[in-house]
Amino acid sequence: MLSRTAAQLYWMSRYVERAENLVRMLDVTHSLSLLPQSRGAMTELAAPLAVTGTLEAFTASQQPLEAERLFNFMALDLSNPASVLSCLRQARENAHAVRGQITAEMWEAINSTWLEGREFPKRGIASVSSFFDWVKERSHLFRGATYGTLQRNDAYCFIRLGTFIERADNTARLLDVKSQLIEPAVDSLMPVDVPQESAPDFYAWSALLRSLSAFEAYHAVYRDALDSRRVTELLILRPDVPRSLRACCDEIRAILPQIEARSGSLDAGRQVKQLAGRLALSLEYGEVGEILATGVHRWLTGFLQESAELSDAIRAAYLEAN
Amino acid sequence: MHALTLPAPGHYDEMLLPSGALRPHYQSFAHWLHAQTPEALSKKRAEADLLFHKVGITFAVYGDEAGAERLIPFDTVPRIVPAEEWRMLEAGLRQRVNALNRFLWDIYHDHEIVKAGLVPAEQVFANAQYQPAMQGLDLPHGIYAHITGVDLIRHSDGGYYVLEDNLRVPSGVSYMLENRKMMMRLFPELFAKYPVAPVAHYPTLLLNTLRHASVAENPTVVVLTPGPFNSAYFEHAFLAQQMGVELVEGQDLFVKDEFLYMRTTVGPKRVDVIYRRIDDAFLDPLAFRADSMLGVPGLLSVYKQGHLILANAIGTGVADDKSIYPYVPDMIRFYLGEEPILHNVPTWQCRKPADLDHVLNHMAELVVKEVHGAGGYGMLVGPASTAAEVADFKERVKSNPANYIAQPTLCLSSCPTFVEAGIAPRHIDLRPFVLTGREVNMVAGGLTRVALKQGSLVVNSSQGGGTKDTWILEN
Repeated sequence: MLSRTAAQLYWMSRYVERAENLVRMLDVTHSLSLLPQSRGAMTELAAPLAVTGTLEAFTASQQPLEAERLFNFMALDLSNPASVLSCLRQARENAHAVRGQITAEMWEAINSTWLEGREFPKRGIASVSSFFDWVKERSHLFRGATYGTLQRNDAYCFIRLGTFIERADNTARLLDVKSQLIEPAVDSLMPVDVPQESAPDFYAWSALLRSLSAFEAYHAVYRDALDSRRVTELLILRPDVPRSLRACCDEIRAILPQIEARSGSLDAGRQVKQLAGRLALSLEYGEVGEILATGVHRWLTGFLQESAELSDAIRAAYLEAN
Repeated sequence: MHALTLPAPGHYDEMLLPSGALRPHYQSFAHWLHAQTPEALSKKRAEADLLFHKVGITFAVYGDEAGAERLIPFDTVPRIVPAEEWRMLEAGLRQRVNALNRFLWDIYHDHEIVKAGLVPAEQVFANAQYQPAMQGLDLPHGIYAHITGVDLIRHSDGGYYVLEDNLRVPSGVSYMLENRKMMMRLFPELFAKYPVAPVAHYPTLLLNTLRHASVAENPTVVVLTPGPFNSAYFEHAFLAQQMGVELVEGQDLFVKDEFLYMRTTVGPKRVDVIYRRIDDAFLDPLAFRADSMLGVPGLLSVYKQGHLILANAIGTGVADDKSIYPYVPDMIRFYLGEEPILHNVPTWQCRKPADLDHVLNHMAELVVKEVHGAGGYGMLVGPASTAAEVADFKERVKSNPANYIAQPTLCLSSCPTFVEAGIAPRHIDLRPFVLTGREVNMVAGGLTRVALKQGSLVVNSSQGGGTKDTWILEN
């Protein structure tokens, strides 16, 4: 496969995944901003900006940091390259360039998403929640079309690789920013019960779990009250929660050997497999106690650094080959 | 019953005789048509639009932002060509394309046709499309034009005429293929009534043609596109996918040690044959336009060493130029020793005294063009001009006769076509695609373009033209 084609397939799915995760993050922010006297409302609103590296751009636009403006900037503003619509546009442009490599169903899913999405800034949206749901549905549709129609070849591998590299990165960032906001509870390691004084923490954790579609999984696994230690374990170490870091890294590790390798010593894919293997094993044998002892923020910073090395290695080995 | 009407007097209609009666090969279709309600047919047309959008058979509109893509209107009344007509057309196309390839070999080698005095030297060597870099270069099998699109029209006398030969990068074949798929999907019952020659094997024929062009063993073929923003990108991607070869851009290719390679996920891979969909000028910034971002630096040197096949070859444009067109019948006689089967549109070359006389005496009925003019500049459409304009143009022609050619005003045939008010005759042309590999090959079919505006003779998709499925009958 052409390196450029592999890169475009990979980025196509990264952008779809990024759009989905972005609305998941905006969704938490949105839920929390609806709470009465929500704690640190300003920090809460600034979180999506900080995570996507657009805080400066937003500040430069000299708008007051309000929920609606934030939403417009992060969801619908095409001049913001990190916005949801910008991601959908990028996904569509990459898909357009590799139209011959994807199925008609996949193209249709991604193309009509962009065509419909670009109307929102003009037409307006019914409600932010309906917009979030729409983006998630479109992403599910694209992934489902890929899973259900695409031949299991290198194209499929690069698309799946893009999905999980992006998802691992996004889950880690989301968890990072949220656990910093709920820092006191993390430090105390105390169960977050519904009692009055810690109610905001309960809502913060449950909003995070819901945004990652892991609320039901939490209850099925622990059958207990929300607790920062368990939330951390669930989202980092559980192999059976599809948006956890462990689940993503397991997928990446399983995909890599399926990609056609270069022959002999030229196999730059070897380094990729090494990095992915190391990352997956550290999660497989990791303990939540160690993570908490290190500090969640510090641990996640380390993880993000390693996953960045992995994606650099993927780029060097396959996407910019020769 | 649907009303079928005749075109303006003096035009040939593909379905109806001048009396208004059906031509024999359309009888079965008309019978079927009259059994369909207008509602059912309009539903089918809506379904076709939806399907075309879904498959993404669109063309990009230049200057509009990404996502702005339009469908080329598709008409559901097929253009039907009887078997004996196609036999004549096929023989004529074969002969014509053979002669054009012989001509290209000749003008880049010994210039026999020029020495014989049949084609004036300045028409060839002073032509902007003539590529001096090709002089003396031996291409495998002597093939220059691997893919040729020949534009044909049917005139009011019922005969077919060649309007022009497209030897650079003729497009439209994807519509020929998709139109057929659409018709078979919408109206399968019609294919039980008519023995329509299949066209779906075109990509296989094309791949064979391209592979045969190379002397390499098991050659690697690619399609080279300018990229997603090109108006014909859909077709480039479509053909690459149908042939199962890579669709590459200039940035995917590089030259190393006198060979051409593409960058792949498993390292550099050698490329032997390029079906290129970009013009000569953009192929190699070192040899042609230095500002080209679409080509590959050093490509020409690989080509000249015989390590690469370009389809079509560099410099084929000289043979489809307007100034060379009048000589094609002479080429056929000169190289093949045969009489041309397909006729050119009669062309008077004012540099010949007898032709000049004719043009000056009949200018009000003719279309007079500058030899190297393009885009409608420097031309006179006699029937649409005033006496003063004609008189003025006569003086211009007299002052420099060699700069002008003249042709009769053309009457494109018409074919019933769905329009807002029902069914009405609209003018059409036909572009079959001729492949030259081990032998000259073509599928029985072509792209029928239709001018959707009443009375219009402009069939180009950029100007509101549409397409029809073309049925060549077998019997």
